[in-house]
Amino acid sequence: MSAMMAVMTRELRLALRSGGGAGLGLAFFLIVVMLIPFGVGPVPHLLAQIAPGTLWIAALLACLLSLDRLFQADFEDGTLDILTLSPMPLETLVAIKAVAHWITTGLPLVVAAPILGMTLNLPDAAYWWLVASLAVGTPALSFLGAIGAALTVGIRRGGLLLSLLVLPLYIPTLIFGARCVSAAAEGMDVIPAFQLLGGVTLFTLAMTPFAAAAALRMHMR
Amino acid sequence: MSIWEFANPVRFMRLSGKVLPYATVLAIGLLVVGLVWGFFFTPDDYKQGSTVKIIYIHVPAATLAINAWGVMFIASLVWLIRRHHVSALVARAAAPVGATLTVVALITGAIWGQPMWGTYWEWDPRLTSFLVLFIFYLGYMALWEAIDEPDKAADLTSVLAMVGTVFAVLSRYAVNFWNQGLHQGASLSLDKEEHVADVFYQPLLMSMAGFFFLFLALVLLRTRTEIRARRIRALQQQEAH
Repeated sequence: MSAMMAVMTRELRLALRSGGGAGLGLAFFLIVVMLIPFGVGPVPHLLAQIAPGTLWIAALLACLLSLDRLFQADFEDGTLDILTLSPMPLETLVAIKAVAHWITTGLPLVVAAPILGMTLNLPDAAYWWLVASLAVGTPALSFLGAIGAALTVGIRRGGLLLSLLVLPLYIPTLIFGARCVSAAAEGMDVIPAFQLLGGVTLFTLAMTPFAAAAALRMHMR
Repeated sequence: MSIWEFANPVRFMRLSGKVLPYATVLAIGLLVVGLVWGFFFTPDDYKQGSTVKIIYIHVPAATLAINAWGVMFIASLVWLIRRHHVSALVARAAAPVGATLTVVALITGAIWGQPMWGTYWEWDPRLTSFLVLFIFYLGYMALWEAIDEPDKAADLTSVLAMVGTVFAVLSRYAVNFWNQGLHQGASLSLDKEEHVADVFYQPLLMSMAGFFFLFLALVLLRTRTEIRARRIRALQQQEAH
């Protein structure tokens, strides 16, 4: 337990102190959302209609942006080898790193999303569901991203490949997450989409550490 | 005598060398007969006219596009569990064939969709899942290309094939939730009466068999090429020492 806490503290410290880890994702989120009205025009009812999808897609992209750093630095300087030799299972390490990634990338997005929703004229009924769906859905984004990051860890210029591998995995989360918000905005029943979103997240949390750890072991063999 | 003996590359080469000519001839023969029969000797559909005949390419391509992923999944699983190199190479060989069949299914579907639904593309669950499947194929092939060491590439792509299978299926059902579609239900099924009429059914089966042997021949050919390429590399390395 103390080893897990130590790794977690290290991850969070590195993310916060190594220049723009957490803030960068948030800034990216802001820019993407800001670009949408430039693209589709400043029509309030149109923006209100696309706001749920826009916010969710911007969150996906912001999450993706910082994924390549998840294992890369540790792999390059040998830290990952040392951590693998420790008694802590590699699966646990992957889970801790994914949680740390979520705390520094996903959580700020959850907090910032309602403010950006306001700029997109998101209907009042949808705010709580926007926060709830992002809070439940973004952990899955970090955990799924860990698979992509683990698969591409030793590859030079793996960033684009990482996007190609990870984004298709985000489809179910995006569908259910955006559906939660748009159903709330239209005054429809949100619960089915929300339950499915939660199901996808729980499944992801349970399974992905094993796949990502297997991929990391293959890289270090 | 167990099936695992063919995991030996020499045995695999011997057997596949014997099977390949038959598979090729069967593929060409069945496709020519099935397509000519289907295109020229079946009546037009009372509702769809002659556009219905694209079914002889569309349905077999779509069926095999999905099953090619299944082949990749099983071959990857065999590689992960038993580490037979032939298995990893079969998975690698099946991917471009499957991706091409996915594109064929999408394009023939678009050509069919234009006169029937009035649109080349619709975000229908079936169409969308096929596009997703295509993206999964692209990612899988890109990962093979990105890694230099053959065994590591086989390892990592196998993990991707496992994860991809789960999420391709999950996406298939997620898009059902997201949009109701235009696409009809299954054209063929073993237990239901609701498949296509008999006049279309027989040439369709023949064309499907033709596509199957085409797939088999292409995968065997690609696997054999890959095995030979590895052998050349090994010989070159011996020379260098």
